[in-house]
Amino acid sequence: MNVEEVPQDPKNFKEGEKLKKLMYAVGKDGKYTGINSAGWEAENFATKQAWDDIDEELARIEAQVLAGELSPIPYYMQKSLMDIALLAKYMEKWEWQIKRHFKPSVFKELEPAMLDEYARIFNITTDKLTHFGQDKKENHQ
Amino acid sequence: MSEHEFQHYQHAHCESGVTANLLRHEGIDISEPMAFGIGAGLFFGHLPFLKIAGIPGTTYRIWPGAIFKRVAQRLDIKIQTQRFSYPAKGMKALDDALAAGKPTGMLGSVFYLPYLPEAFRFHFNAHNYVAYGKRGDQYLISDPIIEEPALIAPADLVKSRFAKGTPEPKGFMYNIISTPKTINLAKAIEQGIKQTCFFMLSPPVPWFGNKAIFLLADKIKDYPKKLEPRKAALFLGNIIRMQEEIGTGGAGFRYLFAAFLQEAGTLLRRDDLLQFSTRLTKIGDDWRNFAYHAARQMKDRKSDLVSYDDLSDLLKKCGQQELELFREMKKMKW
Repeated sequence: MNVEEVPQDPKNFKEGEKLKKLMYAVGKDGKYTGINSAGWEAENFATKQAWDDIDEELARIEAQVLAGELSPIPYYMQKSLMDIALLAKYMEKWEWQIKRHFKPSVFKELEPAMLDEYARIFNITTDKLTHFGQDKKENHQ
Repeated sequence: MSEHEFQHYQHAHCESGVTANLLRHEGIDISEPMAFGIGAGLFFGHLPFLKIAGIPGTTYRIWPGAIFKRVAQRLDIKIQTQRFSYPAKGMKALDDALAAGKPTGMLGSVFYLPYLPEAFRFHFNAHNYVAYGKRGDQYLISDPIIEEPALIAPADLVKSRFAKGTPEPKGFMYNIISTPKTINLAKAIEQGIKQTCFFMLSPPVPWFGNKAIFLLADKIKDYPKKLEPRKAALFLGNIIRMQEEIGTGGAGFRYLFAAFLQEAGTLLRRDDLLQFSTRLTKIGDDWRNFAYHAARQMKDRKSDLVSYDDLSDLLKKCGQQELELFREMKKMKW
């Protein structure tokens, strides 16, 4: 790739435009040189697609939590880009234990220490975890 | 040594970038491509059975930690590496190293690095960065993929260094203990090239080295038969991201390695290395062409502009050209 072919297509989502990565390309003299690039359409599309997939799934889970079908745990798990296996590692629990906590009835009975641990891992307050969607309702009022 | 003396240079790739920055701090003037080549960083691997978030793993580089270690060995540099069972111990060791004026390389997850744009913050646990001092309780970080040094709070740094998942960094940190008076680049270049050829050509299993490019090409051919369109698009997208998104210097490290071959050819006055460099640059362009068409396929999932068969053929072309290149490179006389 020649220096003048290095694409400069900014990644205009999730602060992606803030980073100008370094690439290697061939200059007019035939010598390799480092050159900053804002991004490339093909690659931006792939990154965006991965995020869209995550965000769509997050919206589906949110609806289920608000409908009382799921506890807030899977919502914040998805928001933290984790799967059950990874969350189980962070919680030092078995995967089936995490899955049980997805049930609203089980979630309601969780010990405060367990809720604190989930909140710590999700980087939110325990209050936010146990009062799912309430700040949202306030915003709507 | 004080923190002010540590110079941050932006690089394409985290590990070869950290290696170059740490070595320059010790007075060894080495470029990122040189570090990458001596460390035999170029590779290919496709692991259909190792799924991350449901997507099979593809890599264009050697496993984490290998580049720094090999460069140190080949240039006769003494290093110290440490892993920790407990975060408190890992942070204490870092503070001690910084108090002693030693810039320290570390492995960690990008997800917990708030100074990076959110778009790039996934649970990728094999990122490399250097801490070179403190401002109050915050750490001064030289992360090679960004333009300027950054600050990070201890709580975030702990999370990054002790992230869970695959692989687990376990607070891995590394320092340079001592450097030799003179370094023999010629010998190190030879070793780097020989090892790259060996790793590309010799693995007897289909998942590693040049063979894996053909394995991936075969898998892509089957995507429309075996996967629903959404999944197929995500699989393709992941390949593009591994190849181009960040930290590869473009076309999955091929340009970085071509830059190394050029620098080595100029230094050693060898035309064959310069020619290999030119060829690898063209192969890199073919990888870019593959990524370009794969993205178009993703965008319009029903389109027949470029079929999965065509994508598979584009990939095989890259694989075949690299096979010939590395076979010739392997036969070089030193």
